[in-house]
Amino acid sequence: MEKELYVFRYDEEKKRVNLRLVGEIDHHSAAILRHEIDEALMKKRPNLLYVDLSGVDFMDSSGLGLIMGRYSLMKKLGGETVVLNPSPRAKKILTLAGMEKVIRIEKREVKADESKK
Amino acid sequence: MKAKNKVINSIKMNFPSLSVNESAARAMVAAFSAQADPTTTELADIKCAVSEAVTNCIVHAYPDSIGEIYISVKILEGRKILIEIKDKGRGIEDIDLAKTPLYTGAPGEERSGMGFTVMESFMDEMKVRSRVEKGTTVLLLKRLTQRR
Repeated sequence: MEKELYVFRYDEEKKRVNLRLVGEIDHHSAAILRHEIDEALMKKRPNLLYVDLSGVDFMDSSGLGLIMGRYSLMKKLGGETVVLNPSPRAKKILTLAGMEKVIRIEKREVKADESKK
Repeated sequence: MKAKNKVINSIKMNFPSLSVNESAARAMVAAFSAQADPTTTELADIKCAVSEAVTNCIVHAYPDSIGEIYISVKILEGRKILIEIKDKGRGIEDIDLAKTPLYTGAPGEERSGMGFTVMESFMDEMKVRSRVEKGTTVLLLKRLTQRR
């Protein structure tokens, strides 16, 4: 039985994606996530990708790889990536890798109009 | 990092290097370590470090096959937790290089190269022993804060 790992919402008007990651991000789940998210990103080609980490209970360095990889893909597509709401645990790892120097990390709610389909 | 302190309790487990076992492995180590009464942060540090070590076994020790991963957890006198994660895989040729932040031995795999760095910074001591084609052993020690 597979648990839900993410919620992918695309705002057509603003060409934004709100990607909410859920549960545990490790090497196992990251491999599944990477595949499915990239397929969706390639299809929608958004200008902005929000990676919302508020629903993540566990993340190891595989999460870093996952975020960096999506950041690179978005860059290739000419878009931006913003990481939202990391827990103190997630932040500890992001900081360890110096990620905040590369990717914008913000703490805020994504408004309903930004996250609707 | 010898177990100079008396072992209060210990547990051993082994399992095949299937990535689906990563979450079970860290959860089991955490469940056992919990009896030493760590703080939530200490327990989260342990979980994350174990996850990194197990992932290394799966990705690097047994890249093209499924091998066995052995974990032993010891609760030592003086509020210490000693964890050994062992494989009989490919081994590491240059341990110092492998430990370098952002270096990855599997560039095609979208690895962050932060595994050993995470283990080192989340635990109090880390020791890596490896022999090419024989396997790798990672020893991780966590000193728990004194509880009232």
